[in-house]
Amino acid sequence: MIGALIIVFREVIEAGLVIGIVLAVTRGARGSKRWIAGGVLAGVAGAGLVAMFAEALSAAIAGKGQELFNAGVLALTVVMLVWHNIWMAGHGRALARELSDVGRAVVAGDRSFVALTVVVGLAVLREGSEVALFLYGILASGETAWNLLAGGLAGLGLGALVSVLTFLGLVTIPPRHLFTVTSALITLLAAGLAAQCVGFLQQAWIVTALTQTVWDTSAVLPDNSVPGRFLHTLIGYTDQPSVMQALVYAATLAFIVIATRLAAGCRPQARAPAE
Amino acid sequence: MKSSRDLLSRSALAFSCLLLLGASGGAQEAVEVSIKDHRFQPAEVRAPADKPITLVVKNLDSTPEEFESKGLRVEKIIAGASTVALRIRPLAAGRYRFFGDYHEDTAQGYLVVE
Repeated sequence: MIGALIIVFREVIEAGLVIGIVLAVTRGARGSKRWIAGGVLAGVAGAGLVAMFAEALSAAIAGKGQELFNAGVLALTVVMLVWHNIWMAGHGRALARELSDVGRAVVAGDRSFVALTVVVGLAVLREGSEVALFLYGILASGETAWNLLAGGLAGLGLGALVSVLTFLGLVTIPPRHLFTVTSALITLLAAGLAAQCVGFLQQAWIVTALTQTVWDTSAVLPDNSVPGRFLHTLIGYTDQPSVMQALVYAATLAFIVIATRLAAGCRPQARAPAE
Repeated sequence: MKSSRDLLSRSALAFSCLLLLGASGGAQEAVEVSIKDHRFQPAEVRAPADKPITLVVKNLDSTPEEFESKGLRVEKIIAGASTVALRIRPLAAGRYRFFGDYHEDTAQGYLVVE
């Protein structure tokens, strides 16, 4: 039972953290909970479909279907996160100053809101399909699997708990600083996902250069351990990254930092009145 | 395939040229491993060093498994009763661990590169 709990929990940590962060970012915005719940439900439905057609997906595009699908989902998530951060840097800061409440600032920016809903849906889709396949395997094996199933469901519950704790942790931060903290979290999250995306392209043999391993910390902190997974989501930690993954990580970080600076700088209303 | 490779090496920087050549040179070595009752058979397979490898994984169980290896940099779901062929980059000599993520307590194996 504990084994099944850990397997499922490991898979849902990422989605749990993402949902918690998005809940904190959109707190106070009208209808935000409904949007996020919609994202989760769409993700669950999508995960079911992906799990159902896993075999066909795997065989598609000369056996590269699964990798390309994962890479596509990750790339779309990164684009949404980057777009959200740039948008918030341009409009959000000024709005936040006027309203001195980041939550209400997001009300004015529902378009950015849709982006975050998509991010939630895709996170659930990606991790959920693996959980669905694992649980299906338990049910299909026909053994006395009830304790395994209970473990799996408990793992899902723990994932939900991660969302709640992330949210509660973030909302203790004063609204003035919350914007800075969530922007940093989203930037690191996006960089990590971009590196993961390239990993799948390397696995599919589409990106073939720079496959050497930069470091190997799998003996100290394997990234399929629970703490490893947390770090994997939050800062993109990987125990054996390729050179290409490290480069893409750094490039994504640099791009977001520069783009948000530019977006914040070139809008006059984003400047402090004293300037 | 060849022309796209030529195009790449012409446009790429000198160091990435070398890397591409390293990745594309030599014939594919095929290695096969099966999954039965959530265990790998054989639990240890061998492959030559510095050559691209095709690792064929046959899932003989009726349930899906996620074939995973950090060292080989593979993370792939294999549906029940199906086979996948994984292309692995040329590897330096060593023992590379792989496992089934859904049954890590039993599904463990090594690719020994020498």
